[in-house]
This record gives sequence, C-alpha cells and structure tokens, in this order.
Amino acid sequence: MQYTLSILVENHAGVLSKISGLFSRRGFNIDSLAVGVTGDPNVSRITIVANGDEYVVEQLEKQLNKVIPVIKVKRLTEGEFISRELILIKVHCPASKRSEIVKTAEIMQAKIVDASPSSVTLEYCECSARVKTLIDMLRPYGIREIVRTGTIAIDRGNTAVSI
Amino acid sequence: MISGAEIMVKCLEAEGVTVVFGYPGATICPFYDKLYDSDIEHVLVRQEQNAAHAASGYSRCSNKPGVCVATSGPGATNLITGIATAYADSVPLVAITGQVRSDLLGRDVFQEADITGACEPFVKHSYIVKDTADLPRVFKEAFHIASTGRKGPVLIDIPMDIQENEIESFTYPDSVNIIGYKPNTKGHAIQVKRAVEAIRKSRRPVIVSGGGVLLSGVKPKFQAFADMTGIPVISTMMGIGVMPSEHELYLGMLGTHGKTVANRALHDADLVIVCGARLGDRAVAAPHQMSENNTVIHIDIDPAEIGKNVKTEIPIVGDMKNVMNMLIDSIGDYKVPVQWQETVKTWKKDFLRVPPVFEGYVEPRTLVAHLSAMLRSKAILVADVGQNQIWCANNFRIREGRFLTTGGMGTMGYSIPAAVGAKLARPTRDVVVVCGDGSFQMSMNELATIAGHSLAIKIIIMRNHRLGMVRELQDKNYDCRHSATILEGDPDFLKIAEAYGIDHAEANSNAEAEEIIKGMVKSDKPFILVCNVYPDTPSI
Repeated sequence: MQYTLSILVENHAGVLSKISGLFSRRGFNIDSLAVGVTGDPNVSRITIVANGDEYVVEQLEKQLNKVIPVIKVKRLTEGEFISRELILIKVHCPASKRSEIVKTAEIMQAKIVDASPSSVTLEYCECSARVKTLIDMLRPYGIREIVRTGTIAIDRGNTAVSI
Repeated sequence: MISGAEIMVKCLEAEGVTVVFGYPGATICPFYDKLYDSDIEHVLVRQEQNAAHAASGYSRCSNKPGVCVATSGPGATNLITGIATAYADSVPLVAITGQVRSDLLGRDVFQEADITGACEPFVKHSYIVKDTADLPRVFKEAFHIASTGRKGPVLIDIPMDIQENEIESFTYPDSVNIIGYKPNTKGHAIQVKRAVEAIRKSRRPVIVSGGGVLLSGVKPKFQAFADMTGIPVISTMMGIGVMPSEHELYLGMLGTHGKTVANRALHDADLVIVCGARLGDRAVAAPHQMSENNTVIHIDIDPAEIGKNVKTEIPIVGDMKNVMNMLIDSIGDYKVPVQWQETVKTWKKDFLRVPPVFEGYVEPRTLVAHLSAMLRSKAILVADVGQNQIWCANNFRIREGRFLTTGGMGTMGYSIPAAVGAKLARPTRDVVVVCGDGSFQMSMNELATIAGHSLAIKIIIMRNHRLGMVRELQDKNYDCRHSATILEGDPDFLKIAEAYGIDHAEANSNAEAEEIIKGMVKSDKPFILVCNVYPDTPSI
C-alpha cells in the first residue's frame, strides 16, 4: 500500500536528518520526499510517499509524532488530495523524430523547455501516474536524463494541514 | 555581563541539580571553571560512559533527571553507550558535552565529533547551541523534555566559544513552549470505561507491570489496585519492585529468563493488563501470539508503544498515575474469581525450586534470596548484566527498596557506576551491587570513584571465570563450543580491592558469604566480596 504523509516541522537545521534517520532506522521505505518552507517561515512541510502495510503506517505516524520538532503528521486520504511532482526529461531527438516528440508533448501537455540538434528537454508537472505515462511514451526515443522532485500534495476542498 | 559557562551552571542550579557526574576536557573547560565556584557536587568518574550510568542510577533513585558532562570528541562518544542505556530504560538524563569552537565545526579539527548526529537514535531530543543567549531556553526545554512524557535522555552540545561568550544578563524561563511536544498524560475516559468493563467481565486476569509504573511514581496506588481486585501481578525486568517480592499476588518476572508461574499465568489469562511496559522479545518471546487467546489492555504514556509489539484491544495513552486513579475510582467491587486465585496460588507453590548446592562453592541464587533479609528494608540492589542479573531478578526479595538493572539495553558494566549514582541519591540506604567477574571488569575502574568519595557501596562479585550467560547460550545453541567465553588472565580481585584501599573478603560457601555480608553491611565503608560460584550454575 502506498500512502502520502504531510508533516509540518519546525524549520531548524537537522530536522530533516532526524526524520530521514527515523525511516532508515526502523526499516521503513521512502518512495519520495519533498521539503519546503510553508507560509510561516518558522515551519517547513515535509511530504513523504512511502510503502507499507497498515501496521507500518501506524507505527510510522506514531514515531514521527515523537520527534520533538515535528508539529503535525497527517496521512492524506486516498482520492481526497491533489499531488504533483515536477520532472525534467532530456530525450534523444534527431531532426527526423522531432515532430513526433513535439506531438507527444502536446498530447500530454508537457512543455518543451530546451532543444539541441540531437535532443529536446521537456518539463512536466503532474501526478506520479501521469509522469509515468509520459516517461513510458518517451522511452522508445531514448531518454538521456531524468531529473524529478519528490511528490508534494494538498487536500482537496476546504481542509488544510495547518497548525 | 555573564558568560555562557556561568549561565550553564546557573541553569543547573535553577533546576535544583545538586550533583553532576563527568569527566573534563579542553572544550568543556569554561564550564568546569565556573562549576568550581558552585555548590553543585561534581563526581569525577574514570570513563565517560560511567558518568551516564551514574547519572542514570542517580535519577532512578532520586526521581530527578540525572546530569552527566563530558568533553567533545572521544569524551562525547564514550557517553553514547550510557545514553543509549538510559534511552532503552526510559531514564531521564541531561547530557552536556563540550564541542569545538563553532567557527571550526565541520572541519574535522582535534577532538571534533558530530555527537548530536551520532546520538540521534538514542536520545529523546538533542541540541547544538549556536548562540549563548539560547542557553537558558535550551536548558529549560532539555530538563522538561527529559522528565515529562515518556522519560529519556536529552543531549546538549555546546561549542567552546558559546560557553565563553558573554551576554547582558541571565534570566531562567518559567515555562517552556515547544509547539511539537505536548505529551498526553490524562487517559481517555471512554477507553478507561472499556477497560473497566473488560476487567469486570474477566475470569482470569493478570497485570503485567513494567518500568513505567516505577517511573510515574505510582507504586502505592498500583499495589492498592491489585489488592482491591486481587488480580495477580507479573513484572518485566524493569518492573521488578512494583510490589514486594513476597506479596501474595506477585508472581515474579516473566519471559525467557523469568518464573514459570509468571509465564504460565500469562499464557492462561483471558485478560492481560499491560502497565507501562513495551514487552520486548525477552519479556514475551512471541508477542504476536500473546493476544490470540486473550484481551489486552495496554496502558502507556507513549502512544507508539501501544500495538507495537503486542496486538491491543483496549489502548489507554496516559500517565500511569492518572490512569490508575481512574481505574481505582471506577472498578467498583470487582474481585477476581476465587478459582483463578487458587489456581495461581497452587502454581506458585508447585513451581518453586530449590537450587542444588555444590560443595566448596557459593550457590548464587540462594545467596541472593537470603540477601534481602540481611539488609535494611529500603535497600537498593543493583544488578549487572548476565547470569548475575537473572539470579537477582528472580531471587532478590525486594521489600520497600529498589532493584536497578538495565533491562532494555542490557549493558554490561552498568552496576558499579549506577550504584555510585544510587548511593549519592540515597546516602542513608544500603546499596549493594551484584555483578559477575566479566561485568565487574567492565567498570572496575570506578572503584576509584567509590574510594575517592568514600561511598559505602557493597560489591558482591559472583566469580565463575566465565561469561556465564553467553556460555550457556553456546551450550544450548552452538554445540558446547565455548568460543571466547572463558575469562583467562583475570586479576586477583582481592588484590584489586586492596590496591584501591577497599575492604574485601572471599567466600566459598553460602554460610561463609552470609557471615561476611552481615558484617559488611554494618560498616560505612565500601566492601568487595568475591563469591566463588560453581562454573556450570545455570541462570534459572
């Protein structure tokens, strides 16, 4: 089971290492991790996507709550949040393939942000599933490099993970 | 103007600290210089690990956080085992380490070690102080965090320049405001109600008490609850002492090395009330099976403990003190069915074993069983780790005193330094160490601390020339191949005692040992008794 945790922490040096250390120490696997400051400069948000069964998630939430600079931990409910990750993909692209790749980018609503005689670079900001689709579609052309951020997520509707 | 070092001392004074355990070095010198002018007593240990153990023993006997101090680099890294031991046993400690100047941090200079990083898995929280003005807040928070919620060690790492810098004035904060730290102590009323209903319905209930009962200071209330209801009590190793060993409802320690009656009662129970225990693998070997045939109520201050090792039907998060009060108020006239009481009583008698005597040797289990009667009722027994720990856990008849050992981490060498802390916390009580010849040699350097402070600690060494517990494991699981478990080259412990100016004697029978013990407890000086134990004496 994959789950997404939205964690508010005090914006201090060393907090991220406390959290990532806890994952490795207790044998929890992280699929992705993203950190950024919130509207309050004293508070950062860590979004973690991880895998595990119900026991693991529950333990993880409890252990995270024990970390003193952790202010709040919320498990986002499947289907009730919007998630995004940002990806930059450099694809092998001789002139003969350029129009095909541009077409693919158009279908997927990805943006072409750079090009060279033998490559193009696409920028894409979407949920993980759509990111995967784009990668699958571009793979036959030859992917030179992928750079992607961790997933960030926000509740749908009026609810918010705030202090 | 006031320096960081002076502020550190004033913070300790403001927290009511009267004794600290430590070992100086260059980067903690500014603090030591100011400590020199203070009324706080400093106990110079002979290795930093023992400063942490001593602070732990002090804390467990004084119910205040223990304080230990070390310098940067190796001083700090030596503390780690002691800090990890306190963490595993939920003992409140404040560990203070010196650190290289803040402008040199990260450059791998002389005696620099990332101690906050290294201790991360073993501390409740840690600080590296970057501004002298933060010191009062950091100390206030450290003591608060260490001694509230699930107790544990907190580390404060202070670069030398932060100790030297001066600020305008010192004020110690009255309160703390840590946004992410609000332990829930109250106990959920609905869960307590469910617990009461489950207890009232139960036919064969048992209580499993852990160290949490002692840490929350609820011993009398706890005992009252057991007495009111007649529910038999089993303890984990850390829970030993929650009630007198001879109490009719007390069945002893559970687990791999525990009493048969305790394990049997746990196995047959239809309701298990777990109080402040984490139920590690030594307590319950197959915890996932435990709740198959019974209902589990788990009371703990730490929500992460509930459901971690044992499946729990009724979780109650809260301080044992509050929860126990709520249970007593609402349990009504419930009494355990007579049949269960009788069954347990019969088992208690049936499973009683008298250890065989080997001519020319001291029988350690019998000696420990007789020890309590030779001590005053509030005696503190400090057991080390290994066979000696199991002999003590199962046989010492605790009355109103304490049983100290490290049940969580199982750190050899704990007993002597912990006894130093215990004796300083409770100078008028008998403090007796029982250790093996292996564990004695892990901290015998602390005999200097004992001699230097004239602490009347009585040390009983059970000498079998072996690492007895590992050897037992080798006999059982490794085809009797005794790899590295025979202690060769041991010194004459009596001559060691002599060298430290400590009174000493040797015993080769229980009669001899008991005669010596009766004499040694009368003296106000330290004493070392070496008991020669038959090498194949088992743990249980």
